[in-house]
Amino acid sequence: MIATTLSAESIDQIFVLAKHALLARTPSALQSFVSALISIVPLLVVFPSLFAITTILERKGLGRMQNRLGPNRVGPFGLLQPAADGIKALIKEDVVPTAADQTVHFFAPVVFVAAAFLAYAVLPIGRNMVLVNLNAGVLFFFAAGSVVELSVFMAGWSSRSKYSLLGAMRAIAQMISYEVPLVLASVPAIMQAGSLSTVGIVEAQAGYTGIWPHWYLFTPWGIVGFVLFLIAATAESNRSPFDLPEGESEIIAGYFIEYSGFKFALFFLAEYLGMFATSALGITLFLGGWSAPFSFLSFIPSWFWFFAKLLALIFFFIWIRGTLPRLRMDQLMGFAWKFILPMALLNMFVAGLWRFLPAGIIRWIVCAAVLAAPCIVLSFALKQKKKLLVRTYHFAE
Amino acid sequence: MTATFLILAAITVAGTAAAMGLRNAVHCVLALTVGFAGVAGLYLYLGAQFVGFTQIMVYVGAVAILAVFAIMMTHNPGQPEEPFSRYWVWGAVIAAAVFLTLARAVHLAFEPTSSVLAVPPQAPDITVQQIGDALMRRYVLPLEIIGLLLTAALIGAVIIAMDPRDDASMEDAAE
Repeated sequence: MIATTLSAESIDQIFVLAKHALLARTPSALQSFVSALISIVPLLVVFPSLFAITTILERKGLGRMQNRLGPNRVGPFGLLQPAADGIKALIKEDVVPTAADQTVHFFAPVVFVAAAFLAYAVLPIGRNMVLVNLNAGVLFFFAAGSVVELSVFMAGWSSRSKYSLLGAMRAIAQMISYEVPLVLASVPAIMQAGSLSTVGIVEAQAGYTGIWPHWYLFTPWGIVGFVLFLIAATAESNRSPFDLPEGESEIIAGYFIEYSGFKFALFFLAEYLGMFATSALGITLFLGGWSAPFSFLSFIPSWFWFFAKLLALIFFFIWIRGTLPRLRMDQLMGFAWKFILPMALLNMFVAGLWRFLPAGIIRWIVCAAVLAAPCIVLSFALKQKKKLLVRTYHFAE
Repeated sequence: MTATFLILAAITVAGTAAAMGLRNAVHCVLALTVGFAGVAGLYLYLGAQFVGFTQIMVYVGAVAILAVFAIMMTHNPGQPEEPFSRYWVWGAVIAAAVFLTLARAVHLAFEPTSSVLAVPPQAPDITVQQIGDALMRRYVLPLEIIGLLLTAALIGAVIIAMDPRDDASMEDAAE
């Protein structure tokens, strides 16, 4: 029995142990450098590989939902399609428009990818597996995310194309509008954990009652927070039904239409990395990070659970993309400011209420009622006030 | 003065200098963003994580975007600006006054005779929790006042942006 638990633990910590073993063999002068390298390089390998896997999953999944096969020519069942796509992107000509602002045009994808990777520094992908355990980790995550908006603007503006600029304007308006609810939706989890550190938040959700884990998802504010977080995360990563910045049928591909070859692929990569990172933050905040969903399953390594949850969320995003049509711009903004924002604020209040009420079934019912009633009222109020008018632009005539 | 400080200072100075020197207004804002990032790096170097990340979130994520949008909507693109404003003398006077005030304040704070800081100040390890505590207890009134100010600004912005033709209908509703 002891032997099995020991081996389970060592499999759980296999990457950490491997790192320590490698570090022990390096000269002490190089140790800090090698340590950073060993921690960073796997992130730079694993998540882009996940991106490659996700592209094939997404195209196959969407194909299945739309009654077609999806990619089926490269390799068995088309499974080597990502490799073909990558090679194609690499050997394509890199076309830069003559009118483009060369410097900014070059730096936009660089900044975008760098900012997307930065967010992974604070995400715990397993027990003792986090690059840096920052005191203000969640804040760091959002700070890195806010740099993305600037790179989107750089791409859209420097291309000197109306489609790019329109796409950039839409993207920035949408990202700013949905960044507020994204942050506010994650506040209740931070309040409950009493920590801005991602590791601290995961540890606050550790432990089981019977077989059930103490995830924040299983509280009224946790459910609402998670749903709001998922909606805002979909909008932040510009995915359907919030894909107006890239709407292929309206503005072709939005802010990165004037990019070609590998730079185009970099934009795609950064966008998917952003989606993975936000999903991972959602997992950290509400789904207990790397902890197992049932107490009897905790013998399976922590990193497996992290990636299982991540893949489940990715599947959810693909499913949504295959199901919902694109929103209109005013619907998008109205939804963010009139529905999600008030609900997120109310959710913060309920999280405070949860903390001060005595534990028990009553607390659950009270909190759920406080959240449900305004949600229903708000939905009906927004539904009935629908009247369509000709739009006027009073500063842009 | 360590190498880290020197690199960060160089980035900050180069960014802000480029922001003043470049011809294209959007380039200026992007250069200024580099300066903001350098300042954020300095905060992080001093161990002030919260302030550093907030600096990036607010200045790079919001202020720079706002500036870029304002420039894009008001300026004619592709037209290089005059390198010097007509009011550069006044600008220089104000800049000098601000610099002198700040320099005096910094100098006073570190004067060895002032008994408060006779010992060289040691960087305290401030956690986010302590900042929250201070904001919610000691500085709760200033915080509330700033909140009120921002709310007023928000309402003002909404009123400016509102369609003037809606005013009539709103007054009707009020009566």
